[in-house]
Amino acid sequence: MKILVPVKRVVDYNIKPRVKADGSGVETAGVKMSMNPFDEIAVEEAVRLREKGAASEVVVVSIGVQQAQDTLRTAMAMGADRAILVLTDESPEPLAVAKVLKTLVEKEGPSLVVLGKQAIDDDMNATGQMLAGLLGWGQGTFASKVDVVDGRVNVSREIDGGTEQVSLTLPAIITADLRLNEPRYASLPNIMKAKKKPLETIPAADLGVDMAPRLTVVSVAEPAERKAGIKVGSATELVEKLRNEAKVI
Amino acid sequence: MTALVLLDHEGGQIRKAALSAVTAATRLGDVHVLVAGDAALAQAASQIAGVSKVLHAADARYAHELAEPLAALLVSLAGSYDHIVAAAGATGKNVLPRAAALLDVQPIPDVVSIVDAQTFVRPIYAGNALATVRSSDAKKVLTVRSASFDAAPAEGGSAPVEAVAAVDSPDVSRFEAVQLSDSARPDLESARVVVSGGRGMGSEEKFHALDPLADVLGAAVGASRAAVDSGFVPNELQVGQTGKIVAPELYMAFGISGAIQHLAGMKDSRVIVAVNKDPEAPIFQVADYGIVGDLFEVVPQLVEELKK
Ligand SMILES: Cc1cc2nc3c(=O)[nH]c(=O)nc-3n(C[C@H](O)[C@H](O)[C@H](O)COP(=O)(O)OP(=O)(O)OC[C@H]3O[C@@H](n4cnc5c(N)ncnc54)[C@H](O)[C@@H]3O)c2cc1C
Ligand SMILES: Nc1ncnc2c1ncn2[C@@H]1O[C@H](COP(=O)(O)O)[C@@H](O)[C@H]1O
Repeated sequence: MKILVPVKRVVDYNIKPRVKADGSGVETAGVKMSMNPFDEIAVEEAVRLREKGAASEVVVVSIGVQQAQDTLRTAMAMGADRAILVLTDESPEPLAVAKVLKTLVEKEGPSLVVLGKQAIDDDMNATGQMLAGLLGWGQGTFASKVDVVDGRVNVSREIDGGTEQVSLTLPAIITADLRLNEPRYASLPNIMKAKKKPLETIPAADLGVDMAPRLTVVSVAEPAERKAGIKVGSATELVEKLRNEAKVI
Repeated sequence: MTALVLLDHEGGQIRKAALSAVTAATRLGDVHVLVAGDAALAQAASQIAGVSKVLHAADARYAHELAEPLAALLVSLAGSYDHIVAAAGATGKNVLPRAAALLDVQPIPDVVSIVDAQTFVRPIYAGNALATVRSSDAKKVLTVRSASFDAAPAEGGSAPVEAVAAVDSPDVSRFEAVQLSDSARPDLESARVVVSGGRGMGSEEKFHALDPLADVLGAAVGASRAAVDSGFVPNELQVGQTGKIVAPELYMAFGISGAIQHLAGMKDSRVIVAVNKDPEAPIFQVADYGIVGDLFEVVPQLVEELKK
């Protein structure tokens, strides 16, 4: 069984994003970029399934600029076997990403696609669900536990009021939530080894997918800045302020 | 123009957040709602103020709101609607993107403001930026944040209920079980006061130090990811970029440092209080009132003061 894991290169989660002065977007030039944290979890889960013998190969794929190669190398240093870069200068929307991924699924024939639940730049939380729809596959989103048994995958999902279990027939789509696992750090020898693993580059145009955006960004603005308030010396003072100044209790 | 709102439910009740989605939809036109579940839910839906028709899908395959059948049902109904709307909760986020893909539409998640019928404001980068986006799709598929729209009154409407037949969909998923936390406390997303604890709470046992405070304030209890990851509380209490988004009148953070991912979930609260023993903790940069001190001393004092 083959597993496909789409990974996205995003602004590192430790960086506070800055809105560009002209309101056209968020500054990414000269900013530290990393693998989307949820995708690290997705890669980890796929590698563990291979290590357990439930899978035979883990293929990672990124749709993006040339530098997304670094993200793919990181994924291979974590244990993925090979990588595909679908090269594009645009930052495609989930609908376009899902269409590209569908063509790759048709070519590669994986039994499982494990994605992150959400990219921390666009915060869309959509691509996995959309790919599942396009393929007509079952979807186990926001997964906190995944078990592959007898041609099915059983998934625990984080829902608003607790946890839910669903069982899907393979092939299927999983999207990883934060508590699915704790991703490993790539060791130096594995980073060296990853440099020799195969990385295939495909120009997005070669896939014949309509990637035109459907959403036009009218503007990007800073949210209203909250000002730091005051420090109070005691619980008594705090309660007094909440009662008489903020009038909130 | 008419919008169709998917009313999600949990534990036999329509979720409060779905009522906010109804309010958002009223800004877009006439509002029809779709309820997948038993007749009592459809009855409850027909009472919601502002709803002009209830579509009721009673077939058992929809009872657990599985994405595969429900997205197919939405697609079959979509022809009559300009907008398809749901609350930005676990169900809306699971089902709507799938339906959107089948309709060849790019969904618009987490809408916090409606500019016009095709233009919406949504946070990106954990709420560090607000993007205004205009959709060129013929239909708009969106989820809305309940913290940004008041809940529609649950009473006062009298919409007719129309049964909708089941439609075919790939038989690839089955519901197995659900575990819902049965808390007597108010719902985190709609509570007026939220009392949250972080890693500083120390343990599952010590997290209960917040109970008397939540009791006296009638507050919901929330948590940071670190508190959830450390096993102090279940995951559904997590507030933040990847947890619940809350905007109560009063948010009180105990032993929470204030990482941007946490702030993303609570910085629109009206009044923020932080108690932290580190005077440099970033949470103080967004707090209206802060106490530098040990929460295990401050919390009992607060309880005593509030009882006065
Ligand atoms: C992709 C991604 C998504 C994330 N999503 C979320 C999210 O949705 N929500 C979220 O919360 N986090 C999220 N995080 C995690 C986030 O980055 C932080 O790690 C987390 O919020 C830290 O939680 P904390 O403040 O409880 O812990 P810490 O940062 O460890 O802070 C603990 C605080 O407690 C204080 N303290 C300790 N003891 C006491 C005491 N006795 N009295 C008073 N103060 C005390 C300390 O001074 C410290 O400031 C996410 C991270 C990633 C990578
Ligand atoms: N450009 C991309 N390249 C590879 N994977 C992506 C890309 N965009 C999104 N994904 C995958 O889809 C998941 C959800 O992204 P999103 O729907 O944008 O929040 C991510 O965690 C990735 O696994």
